Amino acid sequence: MLTIRSLTKRFPGTLALDDVRFDLRAGEVHALLGENGAGKSTLIKCLTGAYRPDGGEIRLDGAKIAPRSTSEAQELGIGTVYQEVNLLPNLTVAQNLCFGREPRRAGMIRTRAMTRAAQDMLDPYGLDIDVTRDLGHYSVAIRQIVAIARAVALSGKVLILDEPTASLDAREVKMLFDVVRGLKARGLGIVFVSHFLDQVFDLSDRVTVLRNGRHIVTEDIAALDRLSLIEHMLGHALETEVADHATSHDAVIARPEMLTFRGMGRAGVVGPFDLDVGQGEVVGLAGLLGSGRTESAEYLFGLRSGGTAEDIKGPIPIDTPRKAIAAGFGFAPEDRKTDGIVAELSVRENIALALQARRGWARPMPRAEQQRLARMYIERLDIRTSDAEKAVGDLSGGNQQKVVLARWLAMNPRFLILDEPTRGIDVGAHAEILRLIHELVGEGMSLLVISSELDELIAVADRVIVVRDRAHVAELTGAEIRADTIVRAIARHDEIGEVA
Amino acid sequence: MTNPRLLPLYATIAIFLVACVICYAQFPYMASTRVLGNLLTDNAYLGIVAVGMTVVILSGGIDLSVGSVIAFSGVFIAVLLRDTGLHPLVVFALLLVVTTAFGAAMGGLIHVLEMPAFIVTLAGMFLARGAAYMLTIDSVPIDDPFFTMLQKAYYLMPGKGRLTLIGVVMLLSVVAGMVIAHRTRFGSSVFALGGGVQTARLMGVKVGRTTVGIYAFSGFMAGLSGIVFAIYTGSGYPLATVGTELTAIAAVVIGGAILTGGAGYVFGTLIGVLTMGLIQTYIVFDGTLSSWWTKIVIGGLLLMFIVLQKGLLRLSTARLAGGAA
Ligand SMILES: Nc1ncnc2c1ncn2[C@@H]1O[C@H](COP(=O)(O)OP(=O)(O)OP(=O)(O)O)[C@@H](O)[C@H]1O
Ligand SMILES: [Mg+2]
Repeated sequence: MLTIRSLTKRFPGTLALDDVRFDLRAGEVHALLGENGAGKSTLIKCLTGAYRPDGGEIRLDGAKIAPRSTSEAQELGIGTVYQEVNLLPNLTVAQNLCFGREPRRAGMIRTRAMTRAAQDMLDPYGLDIDVTRDLGHYSVAIRQIVAIARAVALSGKVLILDEPTASLDAREVKMLFDVVRGLKARGLGIVFVSHFLDQVFDLSDRVTVLRNGRHIVTEDIAALDRLSLIEHMLGHALETEVADHATSHDAVIARPEMLTFRGMGRAGVVGPFDLDVGQGEVVGLAGLLGSGRTESAEYLFGLRSGGTAEDIKGPIPIDTPRKAIAAGFGFAPEDRKTDGIVAELSVRENIALALQARRGWARPMPRAEQQRLARMYIERLDIRTSDAEKAVGDLSGGNQQKVVLARWLAMNPRFLILDEPTRGIDVGAHAEILRLIHELVGEGMSLLVISSELDELIAVADRVIVVRDRAHVAELTGAEIRADTIVRAIARHDEIGEVA
Repeated sequence: MTNPRLLPLYATIAIFLVACVICYAQFPYMASTRVLGNLLTDNAYLGIVAVGMTVVILSGGIDLSVGSVIAFSGVFIAVLLRDTGLHPLVVFALLLVVTTAFGAAMGGLIHVLEMPAFIVTLAGMFLARGAAYMLTIDSVPIDDPFFTMLQKAYYLMPGKGRLTLIGVVMLLSVVAGMVIAHRTRFGSSVFALGGGVQTARLMGVKVGRTTVGIYAFSGFMAGLSGIVFAIYTGSGYPLATVGTELTAIAAVVIGGAILTGGAGYVFGTLIGVLTMGLIQTYIVFDGTLSSWWTKIVIGGLLLMFIVLQKGLLRLSTARLAGGAA
């Protein structure tokens, strides 16, 4: 029902889409895959009127369309969740959900009817929140569900989901998939972008792979296996995949204790909890979204104050992030869009930012040094950019995430907190980042990794702490670190017994 | 738990009530419909133009041209009534068309050239003031009979207070502004722009059309304010209302809107205007205080609100980080 032929889009310095074709049938879920920077989001933005393509044609039900704005695409029955959560924090949840389609009488918005409509829209997702509150009041996960609910309601014919599951946990993903299957049964065409291959195999009927802005293959999902799919995406086979990379958890290695945290947290937010981190140790933090994972990290980094930190030399002040950075701590936050990057600055400047802050503004970093750093990380993390001077905001979503990582890695902190470090990062780069983590740890850096992906935690962590209902409920070490034990601890802690 | 976005509005209302109590305690006579009537009449033109300014500020913009547009309006009306035989109502309609088109043109420039509203409306401010000078450099009195009738129109409230026509026009403007900003799709788009232009565009806001609409509305309100000001003063003078745009911005901020856009209430602006008017009235009643005290108190209030907004911002980000999941 939707056909795209020889679509081309050029950005200064990049050919983002080169003669791309794509077909979407009614009643199918069509996965759109590719490395970071392959052109997936660009294709979607051309399709929905956010960008104007430089060439090619788009047909919907046989008729040529060229949406000039997103509202035009919405009127054509195309609903979209863009990769960057694209709602307005200063409007209420209901206003966001109904935006542009508010129920009216004589030109006036009927607030009560709108509230009811909004509640109905959220119903299938089991989300019972006050829709008359500002969206900005709620967490990233809730915002993402709201964005999805809005897109679903807008999509008369086509629903486009660009990495919709990046901030959702397993339960919410399942709920989303149920909704998507229902829409599919009603004859909608659904485009699904994700770097979680399990989800792709679970949900989709057909797959199209892009690489460097080019169409590589379109196939039935049944005709592909995981390895051949990855090969299509990367252009070569992946030597080691994440799961193979797991360190052996057989022995619990005794490590010199480097940092001890006592009484971190505050009742009602999280904890209070104690934490010891050894030198070169990777501590994993598992738990559902909103369980208190991120808050735990914020206490450790001084974004919230409460608790004390100490190393062998004595107490370390960490009541503000500045002091934490001065003490050699680093924190790569979860929400890169608001906390992580400065979109207008170049890749080089973003990478140099934190290092510069530590040096103090009076001693500027030589440009050559910045360039060396930038070049190194662009290569190490495989950041796809035309050059180091490109504004970070113009990179693809996954590549922005790599820049955030690069910034903190460049600081070479002794204790680094990574909150969802690989969100939105493709399989190839994912493996590379995990490799890099192992290398850093080998050099003595200590890490705290927060992740919803259990495989990732299992692959890197020496110890996994499970957070549930705003408390640290279990600690798993050595051979206990398995997917099933973690899942069980997240669900019910009394079977594990050990309470931190 | 109340919605944190309402807090600045509550603060505004609380300050207004405190001001009322202080005034009453000192001068019990001030609690009369006469004072109320004068308060509405004296601040009518400011209230009207501040409604337009609220919408502009909600969208994250600013309109520096309105003071000059009010002066231009007065001169335009006075000169046309003096030199042509047109009925005042026709002149009013003509004027509103001119100022609305003027605002729309500024909005168009802001959108098409992607220029900051500050610069474009600053140019508009000089243009409108210059246009007023081109019509006349003197103060031109208005003595049209219909016009005089408008000046004298009032409703006698119980207690001998006069609710004048222009006071009513101001109150109606506020109501209209409340409906437009809070109850229409246009209003939603205005808030959306204030929340972020890129996001608004992805959500389907027609950015160009909305921007033009916002500044056209402000232009219209400035024109209406100009009419009211001409009725109030009975003349047109090109040097009038210098700096009124800044007073209007102050009223909007004291009314609880956030200067960077995206949050605020039109009703708050009315309270902001009345608070400023009340301070002025107090000083008049006192008789010994210099009128400069008005400015000083308003300056203090402004500072207080900016601090309040910063505090609220902190509070809401902290709560967000504390994350209801
Ligand atoms: N506004 C822009 N200006 C300049 N270049 C851009 C812009 N948007 C995207 N690009 C470039 O186009 C290419 C494709 O980006 P796109 O966002 O489509 O990738 P993607 O496949 O969605 O990747 P990811 O998986 O990381 O989200 C990238 O090289 C990116 O740098
Ligand atoms: Mg993308």
